[in-house]
Amino acid sequence: MRKFKEFIIEKLILACGVASIFFVVLIFLFLVKEGLAVFRSVSFSHFMFGHKWYPISEPPHLGILPLILGSILVTIGAAVISVPIGVGCAVYIAEIAPLRVKEILKAGIELLAAIPSVVLGFVGMVTLVPLVKNIFHLPTGLTALSGSVMLAFMAMPTIVSIAEDALYSVPKNYKEGAFALGATHWQTIWRVMLPAASSGIVAAVMLGIGRVIGETMAVMMITGNAAILPKSILVPVRTLTATVAAEMGEAVVGSEHYFALFAIGIVLFVISFMINVTADLFLHRRP
Amino acid sequence: MSEIVTKNLNLWYGPFHALKDVNASFEKHRITAIIGPSGCGKSTLLRVFNRMNDFVDGVRMTGEVVIDGANILTGRMDLVALRKKVGMVFQRPNPFPLSVYENIVFGERIHSGAMSRSALDAVVEQSLKSVLLWDELKDKLNSSALSLSLEQKQRLCVARLIAVKPEVLLMDEPCSTLDPQATARIEELMRELKSDYSIIIVTHNMQQAARVSDDTGFMLLGELIEFGKTTEIFTAPKDRRTEEYITGRYG
Repeated sequence: MRKFKEFIIEKLILACGVASIFFVVLIFLFLVKEGLAVFRSVSFSHFMFGHKWYPISEPPHLGILPLILGSILVTIGAAVISVPIGVGCAVYIAEIAPLRVKEILKAGIELLAAIPSVVLGFVGMVTLVPLVKNIFHLPTGLTALSGSVMLAFMAMPTIVSIAEDALYSVPKNYKEGAFALGATHWQTIWRVMLPAASSGIVAAVMLGIGRVIGETMAVMMITGNAAILPKSILVPVRTLTATVAAEMGEAVVGSEHYFALFAIGIVLFVISFMINVTADLFLHRRP
Repeated sequence: MSEIVTKNLNLWYGPFHALKDVNASFEKHRITAIIGPSGCGKSTLLRVFNRMNDFVDGVRMTGEVVIDGANILTGRMDLVALRKKVGMVFQRPNPFPLSVYENIVFGERIHSGAMSRSALDAVVEQSLKSVLLWDELKDKLNSSALSLSLEQKQRLCVARLIAVKPEVLLMDEPCSTLDPQATARIEELMRELKSDYSIIIVTHNMQQAARVSDDTGFMLLGELIEFGKTTEIFTAPKDRRTEEYITGRYG
């Protein structure tokens, strides 16, 4: 009887484990099936590199290059802001801050991670957007730059916590060795700690970027959502994610537009997958 | 000639009295071994000489440690200059996760700023030759120092130290992770380095102290019980406790 119970429990746990993979595969297959359908009406290169996204004109133009560039622009902007600040913050927490400050900072970072993205978007809309508009004398503050700044806030917690872990796990004897050679604290950080933690820091940056690429709500609220080829960071852009979120509700099921949105999903999936794999390679790279 | 003189040196870790009135004179160009059972304070004493204990919370010292006529325990002491003069080799070899080359020029880079490539090359060759690693590693200067054998790593750590031209080499059980052959070769290296450096070695291994050192200090529970010529300490110890330790009655 007891054996039978063990057996049942074991199988139940197995089922749970298999279920998660099973559902991922199902979602992926569904995505591929619906998404690939769009290529019956547009060619792959037209879809990826077309300059026009007018999904409900007649005939529809389904080129997602403006959306891809929008996503890339916002992401690069966010990375440029969040990576130096995030890594700097991690160095400060791991190496310099006194214990009390360290605890306060870590709690603050966790709090930052806990802010729902819609709240960040909302706050950005009423504070950052008018600011950007006034500083650069723009017709609208809903720009790629505004999105980048808000997304930098979202990437920061990921970057800080993973980079800090990486710095923290650098063996203490490297540090001792550097100090014993007469290195100053900063020389030790710059020449020993950061190189020793480099793979973890790269992974932190990749995962932070992964979060930014997949983010939807805040960008939809503050980037202006204009599906045009961006010429600078001070114009409205529209990202891949925002497009899917904004248009899925109104797309007619089975239409080219509908299939195109799924194809965008595939593109996003591929991008996030590549970023995560890269991060993983760096995390598990032997030093 | 004295290299390092301690006068009534006391050290506390919080309430724990780790060094008690240590008075000793470590001579130039000799190898001095500090022996004693675990927890007797020998590593602590060694780490006073380059102020590595400063990183321990709640550490407090009284007395004097004089190197080159200056008391290094004062708050004004320039720790960068001190650690350049008094280098340390650790128990576990700790080369940085950089190339062999970068490990050796680390000291030059932090102390002398920009140097020409050829000057750095010369430092690398000279340092590796003085630890007898040049022939083994001259073709592997750009490979990671972490790929070396334990003995090579420890030699590299010595080379890295020599590159900053210290006066004193502190060695904290430098052979405890090595096999007997590698240990013998490191000891040989120490004898060769003696003519240029003053060496202080902390060791668990009494045979090692007897083989390699000129002077020996025996410590017990934070006190320096006996200090003198190695031959005398090992053949005619004056203190009963020293005799009991070296004859293996405890430790």
